[in-house]
Amino acid sequence: MITIEQLTFHYRDSTFALRVPRLLVADGERVALVGPSGSGKTTLLHLIAGILLPDQGTIRVGETEPARLSDAGRRAFRIATLGLVFQDFQLLECLDVLENILLPYRINPALKLTDGVRQHAVQLARETGLEPRLRHRPGRLSQGEKQRTALCRALITAPRYVLADEPTGNLDPAAKQRALDVLFDQCARGQTSLLMVTHDLSLLGRFDQSIDLAEVSR
Amino acid sequence: MKHVWFLAWQSLRFNRLQSAILIIGLAVPLYLPLTVNGLVSRYQAGLLQRAVTTPLVAGGLGSRFDLVLHALYFRGSVPRLLRMADVEAMRATGYAAPIPLYVRYTARHAPIIGTTLDYFTFRHLRLARGEQLLELGDCVLGAEAAASLGLAPGDRLMTDPENVFDIAGSYPVKLRVMGVLEATGTPDDRAVFVDLKTTWLIGGLAHGHTDVTSTNTDASVVLERGASNVTANAALVEFTEVTPTNITSFHFHGEPADFPVSAVIPVPKDEKSATLLRGRYQGPEATVQILAARSVVEELLGLVFRIKRFFDANAALVGVATALFLVLVVLLSLRLRRPEMETLFRVGCARGLMARLMAAELAAIGAVSLALAVAGAAVTIALVSLW
Repeated sequence: MITIEQLTFHYRDSTFALRVPRLLVADGERVALVGPSGSGKTTLLHLIAGILLPDQGTIRVGETEPARLSDAGRRAFRIATLGLVFQDFQLLECLDVLENILLPYRINPALKLTDGVRQHAVQLARETGLEPRLRHRPGRLSQGEKQRTALCRALITAPRYVLADEPTGNLDPAAKQRALDVLFDQCARGQTSLLMVTHDLSLLGRFDQSIDLAEVSR
Repeated sequence: MKHVWFLAWQSLRFNRLQSAILIIGLAVPLYLPLTVNGLVSRYQAGLLQRAVTTPLVAGGLGSRFDLVLHALYFRGSVPRLLRMADVEAMRATGYAAPIPLYVRYTARHAPIIGTTLDYFTFRHLRLARGEQLLELGDCVLGAEAAASLGLAPGDRLMTDPENVFDIAGSYPVKLRVMGVLEATGTPDDRAVFVDLKTTWLIGGLAHGHTDVTSTNTDASVVLERGASNVTANAALVEFTEVTPTNITSFHFHGEPADFPVSAVIPVPKDEKSATLLRGRYQGPEATVQILAARSVVEELLGLVFRIKRFFDANAALVGVATALFLVLVVLLSLRLRRPEMETLFRVGCARGLMARLMAAELAAIGAVSLALAVAGAAVTIALVSLW
């Protein structure tokens, strides 16, 4: 469960301020985070992930309070517990699809790359229709394929929580539906909680609950 | 660390053009000082080795550098000539056994070294094939000379005319190859060795021709016949090769004491004899100079090292410029790769990963550049040494 209480945050040299009195995401729950641009949706994801630290209040992800961890501890927590998906995919151009999926295992010794992990990566690629593209670099992929690769990278560690920042924002309707199918399906299989930022209100029906950050902050 | 190397390799492979440019950009400034230092060290070792094994060099007055380069390495201009009488005078002192050298002519561009058999003993030159010099017109080849000229014992080798426009000058002589020496890694390998008398034959001081003293001689070649002298015209046939049938017809004109040598290697009995011999030839009236080969070569190397210091300073400046260029490339690369760094950070990369990744990429580029530079320098030094 993700529990946020009395959270306040502001950027240095900025008038922006985020205030979240209380927010809960239950285990296995699919939550859509909506709100106007500049309301702090991405900032909230970064705070949950420990990329940013709150000014006040507590954020608990499972039993862990990321703010109480050291920098190295937050990095290890992020890579082992969370799966992060970005709007612009953020794949490494020099790596092929398989290596992009396996990237978390190569950048932090908290994770060990084994044959089982490789097989899991191939299986994820197969389930998301990426198997024929395993040896292709991102430059040769469609937008939908790139996002599915990014989803596989977020899911390869079997995270308890997936934080997705407008993952379908750059996709056409067909690719958008397929990416969401993959995301929901994989989260459902692993009992993974999903907190997803979106501006697309037509998708809200697919979530267990939607939270308007503008209203929460008020 | 293996994952860091893997990611670094993937990045270098993906940016192969940029990587290649960086590698070449680093390899070239490394290659030049490596090559210059390698060549200088090699020359230094070669020059000094030869000089150390040749304690003294004697020759006509003039440039000491020319004389030592001529006598030791068979290079440079021919110094002022000595006479055989000078050689005998040196022998008469009893301080040293003089080994005369007459290095003036060439055979297919290989230097012809006219000397005595003592030279072979002094230089520890041993035959790999064939026999030693036996008669006038015989030659023995250094290992490299034999290989480059494609000659073996039993073959013939024509000497080069000293001046193609000098029609009244010496005739080329066809030398008989008697043997080939073992390789020594010294200038001897590139030389053609003959007896001193053979060089005088090449120089025209001796010759062989059809007999004009007998009564059977073709009268048309005789201009004048005296009691002790016969004068022949240009129709007289001169031999260009010494053979068993014509060897007796070869004869020298002039006084043997006046015959030329271009240098002498005096082999002193001991250090004291060497000092006494040098003292004998240091007066203002001396027409022969005796030099300690090693000190002349060291003086020569001193000049080379002075020039090399300029190269070293230049290499240091190029090194500084290259280092600055590398810093600029790294800074620009960091700026270009900022999104990649952000991604790795957000996903949860270990602390310092980007620094290690950059270090691994630079180390790989540096290692390949260094390997290329070392390989290039080794090939260049080997090629220059062959040449």
